[in-house]
Amino acid sequence: MSTLLVEGVTVRFGEVIAVNDVSLSVDVGVTGLIGPNGAGKTTLFDVISGLRRPSAGRVVLDDLDITARGPHQRSRLGVARTFQRLEVFGSLTVWENVVVALESRRRSSRLATGLLERVGIAEFASNQADTVPTGAARLLELARALATDPCLLLLDEPSSGLDRAETDAFGELLRELVGEGRSVVLVEHDMDLVMGYCDQVHVLNLGQLLTSGTPSEIRAHEGVREAYLG
Amino acid sequence: MTALLAYTIFGLVTGGAYAVVAGGLVLTYSTSKVFNVGHGAIGMVMAFLYWELAENRGLPQWLALLIVVGVCAPLFGLLIERFVMRRLAGAPIGITLVAGVGVLVGLIGVAQVIWPPQARPVRPFLDQLGVHIGQSFVSGHDLVTLVCAVLVAAGLYLLLNRTRTGLAMRACVDAPELAALYGTRPHRLSAMSWAIGSALAALGGILLTPVVQLDYVTMTLLVITAYTAALVGRLRSLPWTFVGALGLGLVQSYAVAYLPSSQFWISFRAAIPALLLFVVLLAMPQSPLRIGGVRGSRGVAVPTGVATGVGAGLFAGVVVVLALLVDSVVAGQLALALVFGIVLLSMVLLTGYGGVVSLGQFTFVGVGAVTVARLGSTSVFSLLLGALVAAAVGALIALIALRVSGLYLALATLGFAQLMDKLVLQSPIAFGVRGSLQVPRLVESASAQLLVAAGVFALVGAGVLAVRRGRLGRRMIAVKDSSAACATLGMNVRWIRVWVFSLSAAIAGLAGGLFAQLRETVAASDFQLFNNLPLLLFAVIAGVTSVSGAALGGLLLMLLPVLQSGFPALAGVAVVLLGVAAAGLARDPNGLVSWFFRAWSWRRA
Repeated sequence: MSTLLVEGVTVRFGEVIAVNDVSLSVDVGVTGLIGPNGAGKTTLFDVISGLRRPSAGRVVLDDLDITARGPHQRSRLGVARTFQRLEVFGSLTVWENVVVALESRRRSSRLATGLLERVGIAEFASNQADTVPTGAARLLELARALATDPCLLLLDEPSSGLDRAETDAFGELLRELVGEGRSVVLVEHDMDLVMGYCDQVHVLNLGQLLTSGTPSEIRAHEGVREAYLG
Repeated sequence: MTALLAYTIFGLVTGGAYAVVAGGLVLTYSTSKVFNVGHGAIGMVMAFLYWELAENRGLPQWLALLIVVGVCAPLFGLLIERFVMRRLAGAPIGITLVAGVGVLVGLIGVAQVIWPPQARPVRPFLDQLGVHIGQSFVSGHDLVTLVCAVLVAAGLYLLLNRTRTGLAMRACVDAPELAALYGTRPHRLSAMSWAIGSALAALGGILLTPVVQLDYVTMTLLVITAYTAALVGRLRSLPWTFVGALGLGLVQSYAVAYLPSSQFWISFRAAIPALLLFVVLLAMPQSPLRIGGVRGSRGVAVPTGVATGVGAGLFAGVVVVLALLVDSVVAGQLALALVFGIVLLSMVLLTGYGGVVSLGQFTFVGVGAVTVARLGSTSVFSLLLGALVAAAVGALIALIALRVSGLYLALATLGFAQLMDKLVLQSPIAFGVRGSLQVPRLVESASAQLLVAAGVFALVGAGVLAVRRGRLGRRMIAVKDSSAACATLGMNVRWIRVWVFSLSAAIAGLAGGLFAQLRETVAASDFQLFNNLPLLLFAVIAGVTSVSGAALGGLLLMLLPVLQSGFPALAGVAVVLLGVAAAGLARDPNGLVSWFFRAWSWRRA
């Protein structure tokens, strides 16, 4: 059984079709979502997390149709995400950012320090969140998402702003999360990360699903090379 | 049938004048993204100036009109753009709103100093001319108004759609940096739109003077009608703005003609623009959760529980000493300052922490005051009941206005304040139109009043700080910084907003009860819409993010009328300075008190 099914999702902005009849499935493991800029990746994340209503199509989580549910209801069903354009709570400290997320799910605020250590930004705990480096802010969004104990984690370009060593540590963290039985969807431009850690990759181009497959199948696919990998 | 025709013509004429004003508002908003709350005040001052030239100095009407609309108003628009609004481009909505309120209050101050209150009749244009259509008479002034409206509509349309400047103006809204790269000069375009916008405000104001009297507040608030029309066009579309303005003119005209003339319906008529503002806002599509960018603001450091206790203790000591030393008049005034301080505490919660700008906070004070006054006996119990009723009203308005946020929410609170004033506070169940209510005092002597007010202020202040340190405070700030992230973390953003609104309204309602029993006589005019504007202004000037800011703001609010009665001219100057200060300080929501804090920490360092 798939964790997440996206069925025939279409998103229109006036005349422009940002996502056109996309269907895909996500299982436990790491699923890559790649494609050139403007392919509709982030829009699809917005649809899955409930921030945007699709013009057509359904979103199904663990056999439950969640298309009509609001973002906070989806969060309670186990969907969490990070943002490509950062959405940390800039007026709060890094620690408070995680505590807000824990409290919203009625979990103990004592877990916050552990979560910050897990993603590797404990040193910033008492800094105001809009003052930390971009890489740390991305990891903060990850810690905040993990604070809701999600079964489906949507990560939007998490590695931008991380150096090589940090990216490797992040990859290992991905493996751990999958080991805990979570499904992770990764929108990423770092192909080493995508090819090294994903079990399944979906390729979007101009709002349409170009192809799906394992990393090696994607690498071999003609259309993908033309559209994206070059 | 002839009556219908007459009222239709009258409605179209008034609507035409509204359209001129609203067109200017849309033009400035769509090119500078600053919503000018002071738009109506510009029209007001320019109408006074026109009176000065045409009636007082005896210039020909056309020359006066030309000087005011063609020279003075555009120059004034340029000045405002250059020295106030340009610095605010891209600033959060609360800040631009406060700058506009500063301009508004400053302009009213100017008008009061230069033109002290007296009757100022203004001759209509072309009063010897006129046309009979059937049995109804269309005066020359009406014709001039209609012609002006048509010319303005056509002119704006041509400017925006048929000229390079107009194209550049429209490009600047979407991406000023990009437009600059292609050789346009966003500042120059923005300046131009402010010049034209001010000229239109002046023209509309002058055209309306024979209909409404030349009065500071009435003319300034006439702009509510212009807001409503502009909102019909979603602040972007000029054609829809004109349709909205004409529609409003017609609705008002028909209301005069066909609604019964009992007291309630007279109040209802006055409330029509606000009611329509509300309806239009509620019909707007739901604002999507904003995504993108880190938003953070640095508040003044939040004291710990121990520090709060020590601070409250010190405060209590100072107040007790004051209560022993000062005479009863000063004690009464200090008590009033602290009551205002409590109102400002409600804004610390709502605006300072929650980031919601309310232009209707004084209305909740009125609800608390009415409740206590109607109960007829003052006790701790009735004060709490007043707070509870205000909280219920606050929750109601939050639920109704949940769909909108930012600027639209602020305008909704403005509409709400006007509605409550006309339909509830002035109704027989509350104060009555010109009525007032007697309220027995909780404690008799002025020094005891001071102690009571100080006690409540300390309690509420400590409570507000406790909220800030706790779970609800973190959530409020999180919602302010990123409501989208909050939603994806499982928070029901709407309910948090309802909580914040009703908690803040409860504090304001509590202050209202205290206010009523301190004053002993309260009337609807104590809580009218206009009182909300100085409130927001002082909140921001003194500091809307801290308890000490609320105390300072309360003191300033209390001093303003004292100054006004003692030295009217000086008070006018003070109001102008306040307006300028707000516009300047608007960038720093922590206000004056944060300067003291900074000076203090610098000394210690």
